[in-house]
Amino acid sequence: MTSVRVLVGTKKGAFVITSDGARKKWKVSEPHFAGWEIYHLKGSPVDPDRIFCSQSSGWFGQIIQRSSDGGKTWEQPGTPTGQRTATPEGMPMGESNKFVYEGDPGTHLWYDGTQHPWEFKRVWHLEPSLTDPDTVYAGVEDAAIFRTTNGGVTWQELPGLRSAKGQLWQPGAGGMAVHTIVLDPSDSQRIYIAISAAGAFRTDDGGQTWKPINKGLVSQYQLPDPDADVGHCVHRIAMHPQRPGVLYMQKHWDVLRTDNAGEMWSDIGGNLPTDFGFPIDIHAHEPETVYVVPITSDSLHYPPDGKLRVFRSKSGGHEWEPLTKGLPQEHCYVNILRDAMAVDQLDDCGIYFGTSGGQVYCSPDGGDTWQAIASHLPGVLSVEVQTLS
Amino acid sequence: MIRVVIPFHLRTLAKITGEVQLDVPAPVTQRAVLDALEARYPMLRGTIRDHVTKERRAFLRFFACEQDLSNESPDTPLPEAVASGTEPYLIIGALAGG
Repeated sequence: MTSVRVLVGTKKGAFVITSDGARKKWKVSEPHFAGWEIYHLKGSPVDPDRIFCSQSSGWFGQIIQRSSDGGKTWEQPGTPTGQRTATPEGMPMGESNKFVYEGDPGTHLWYDGTQHPWEFKRVWHLEPSLTDPDTVYAGVEDAAIFRTTNGGVTWQELPGLRSAKGQLWQPGAGGMAVHTIVLDPSDSQRIYIAISAAGAFRTDDGGQTWKPINKGLVSQYQLPDPDADVGHCVHRIAMHPQRPGVLYMQKHWDVLRTDNAGEMWSDIGGNLPTDFGFPIDIHAHEPETVYVVPITSDSLHYPPDGKLRVFRSKSGGHEWEPLTKGLPQEHCYVNILRDAMAVDQLDDCGIYFGTSGGQVYCSPDGGDTWQAIASHLPGVLSVEVQTLS
Repeated sequence: MIRVVIPFHLRTLAKITGEVQLDVPAPVTQRAVLDALEARYPMLRGTIRDHVTKERRAFLRFFACEQDLSNESPDTPLPEAVASGTEPYLIIGALAGG
């Protein structure tokens, strides 16, 4: 019996939404970590019941949680080296919450043009390994990538990323974070990441060294040098596992693709009503079918004309069609954040996204029709989907 | 016995109900109280003070005996009423929002 599990991170907790393969009737869990910001949850492809969660708070900082039963119960996995795994009362230790940059992290560009020290704030994105249930990558703010190889007990930075002209990176209005991590299923040494506002980067040696892959990106009104090597505000990149050299990108403005692993990007915005937006994703079985949610502008973070429309291209870009059936077509002024769109792996591919207004939508037919599977959650920060058999 | 009150979300995180009572040897300072609290509840490491520098997180405040001790030296002895357990040591989430 096939089923789907939707992992929703919100401004006030995490929710697990489940359905059978028909995707008609949905069950929404009670909030996990109620009152805390949940930037992201994601399950291991190797062990789907193992789910990692980033729980954070402006008051209390970063907490890493892990579930071994598909999100029913959670634990903090960490413990200091050489100490017990739990207190005598059975409580977990705190080492898994510790994210410390390697060495002296130096400085990056600040809003006023001065240099500013790197300061850890939170984990934006967790990307479990495709092959090892104990290995997970964490994209953090201020921008850096960390890795655990022991199931989240301890985390180590891969500092080579900050050597890729890190002193020139500058935060955007939302901060400066590694928000996207894409693992290449055909090459375990190759990883892509994206940073606002620094651009896209690639490693070919498992994270030791990184290079900017931003040729073809043009940021005319955001950078003094519009086609600079770094500094672009990349909002999201997506890859289809069958074609790991092809990437799609939603930038601050512009929708782009590369056919050579990021060596050169080209604009595929075509007939979109606006090419500003945050998420971008790809149909599970059609590598040329791409989804975006156009947002009015960088000043108006809601859909054009108050109509919530997903746009689909079946030709890898340039030609886009609006998908509206079941989505509000008046008075809709929500935003859809970069990590808040996902697809399932069922035969008729399901597309999912969450809104800043607390709705989670599902299309069980590749985008043709939509239904709200949750309507009144806190603002949605992230959506992931697991297809379970 | 030192009495410590911590915010709702940290009580949830540490599975604490009500006040925490800690044995802290003299001299009873803020550092000594927080060290003892984190030793008892290690999952609170990093949530009140920075993991490495041990500096107070920006949006937390430390109160006792109707005084704001947030910016006092962590090694200054706490008031006798706290050291004797008459008054609690309060860890407070700072006011935020409108």
